[in-house]
Amino acid sequence: MIEQVAEPLEQAGITKVVLELDVNNHPGVMSHICNLFARRAFNVEGILCMPTPNTDRSRIWLLVFEDRRLEQMILQLEKLVDVLAVRRHGAEHEVFVRLEQFFH
Amino acid sequence: MKQMTGAQLIVRLLERQGVRTIAGIPGGAILPLYDALSGSDVIRHVLARHEQGAGFMAQGMARVSGRPEVCFASSGPGATNLVTAIADAMLDSIPMVAITGQVPLPMIGTDAFQEVDIYGITVPITKHNFLVRSATELLEVIPEAFRLAMSGRPGPVLVDVPKDVQNQLIEIETLPEPAEPDPAPVLDLAAIERAAEMINAAERPVLYLGGGVIHSGASQQAVTLAEQASLPTTMTLMGLGALPLDHPLSIGMLGMHAARYTNFVLEEADLLICVGARFDDRAIGKAAQFCPNANIIHIDVDPSELHKIKTAHVAINGDVAKVLDALLPQVKVKLRDAWLAQVDGLRNRYPMEMPARDDPRSHYGLIHAVASALDDEAIITTDVGQHQMWVAQAYPFRRPRQWLTSGGLGTMGFGMPAAVGAALAAPERTVVCFSGDGSLLMNIQELATLAEEGLNVKIVLMNNNSLGLVYQQQNLFYGKRVFASKYRGAPNFLRIAEGFGIAAVDLDAAANPAETLAQALSAPGPCLIHASIDREQFVFPMVPPGAANTEMIGG
Ligand SMILES: Cc1ncc(C[n+]2csc(CCOP(=O)(O)OP(=O)(O)O)c2C)c(N)n1
Repeated sequence: MIEQVAEPLEQAGITKVVLELDVNNHPGVMSHICNLFARRAFNVEGILCMPTPNTDRSRIWLLVFEDRRLEQMILQLEKLVDVLAVRRHGAEHEVFVRLEQFFH
Repeated sequence: MKQMTGAQLIVRLLERQGVRTIAGIPGGAILPLYDALSGSDVIRHVLARHEQGAGFMAQGMARVSGRPEVCFASSGPGATNLVTAIADAMLDSIPMVAITGQVPLPMIGTDAFQEVDIYGITVPITKHNFLVRSATELLEVIPEAFRLAMSGRPGPVLVDVPKDVQNQLIEIETLPEPAEPDPAPVLDLAAIERAAEMINAAERPVLYLGGGVIHSGASQQAVTLAEQASLPTTMTLMGLGALPLDHPLSIGMLGMHAARYTNFVLEEADLLICVGARFDDRAIGKAAQFCPNANIIHIDVDPSELHKIKTAHVAINGDVAKVLDALLPQVKVKLRDAWLAQVDGLRNRYPMEMPARDDPRSHYGLIHAVASALDDEAIITTDVGQHQMWVAQAYPFRRPRQWLTSGGLGTMGFGMPAAVGAALAAPERTVVCFSGDGSLLMNIQELATLAEEGLNVKIVLMNNNSLGLVYQQQNLFYGKRVFASKYRGAPNFLRIAEGFGIAAVDLDAAANPAETLAQALSAPGPCLIHASIDREQFVFPMVPPGAANTEMIGG
């Protein structure tokens, strides 16, 4: 009704964080995850998803910038029914580093 | 081994789940399911006049029963019409299962007639949603939808079922068991012990109860906690009824339209015990200045609510009823004479002002007169606007699930179909919907459903011929530039009601409005009770946008 008066959004930090998600491999999972980040106005820098061999699971890797809301984002991710586990890594994790050669 | 269609399977699973009433509207893509439903001896279908109405009827049933309730809609426009009711259920954590028809699987993605991606549309407004790809999947999806809707923090789940899946024949050996809610999170005994120590050591504690107390059926425990530790207790809009409003320890609703003393008591608190509430901006005002001197204990079933807005000193993830059960034996009996005297002092100095409370032609007086004519068994719903806030301030709620209102989404048009749903779930009770002339028009077509079902729903229309709350904001915060908030036409609501076959009384014309009102409320069946309200009456006190809760104006 009345306009919300809130503190301005913090600038995203510059520290990168890599998130590793175990998810059910079925249609719609990616849309749930991307939608969650989009609707909470949290930028995703990089995303990578492949089925894990011989299972009905997939693994999703997300590259995000650390900010005050990241903890909340992880809690929200954990609430998604198809997200089975979320692990957090530092930017030194090599998954996106090794992919860089495909982005020149 | 039994052969049945997907549609018949859905109906069987709903029956086994205990569903007894479904609100909805049929259409091409859901006709197989309706055909199957027509063969059910136990489920009754209530034909709404707009799918949003059906969604709010399901919500009304769920808010009264506490169990997931069901609505049906067809594909395309039928499904999109449900969207507002689903979003409303999401924000107020109401368990609901919406089942929509979809175009046949091979036609998905072809822009077929009445094809809309309701799965995609409802991703952000459901706890979870499903697009079913085979009849066999239904064996898992339907119970799973109910399990999700009622586990942990409740919420809406959508199941989109393509028409060919509804028609598909399958052989079934055994039907799955009806879904049960997940077990509650394991109790964090160490945190509970720390919480008890903090409560025992506090000098000026306040208990802050939210809708989670209602959802988890924890009112009794909350009242015991308040009494045992002599805790002044405030409730959110969604928590009203958790503690009787006239309980000596109640300090009423907090936040934007609280009594002044309530927000001042919170300002003095040295400990805030937040149970099943989420520090919503309408409740706490400017977050940084809310309860500036208080340590915080936060108990919630949803871990993502803990530390979200305010960092808690002790955060306990768990079902609030179970957590309170474990907490109570460790909380010392205290009288807290000094603190309660201080609270009384604030209450006497800054009470809730209700001018003209004894005049049924005034807004507070009308609400008061309705309350006097009813007992606590009645259910009260509202629409959204000034009338909603006045009822929240003035009505003496005394039990959980007595009060149904659209809190999180604030949806005009909620009140009347939700009242129909409430009456479907509790036909023995009187259901009163307080509405505004703006809100009532948003789902007025459901008067037809109400008339058809002959339910005991009374609509108290507080008619100020305007979008009152908007008019108020423009007057207070937009330099009195009143724009698009006053109606130029004035529909004759009495004749509208009569046109739908519903009795109507006009309190404006009554010589003794209190008596006419009491008669209308006690006569069985639906009735519209019309009362004009002065447009210049505003909801006070009010915390202006962006201000701290202690910076109230008016009242
Ligand atoms: C569906 C919807 N549209 C718009 C609004 C914004 N809004 C909030 S209150 C209000 C006016 C409500 O008018 P009325 O129902 O007559 O109640 P009153 O405030 O006059 O008591 C409006 C337009 C809303 N809450 N819901």
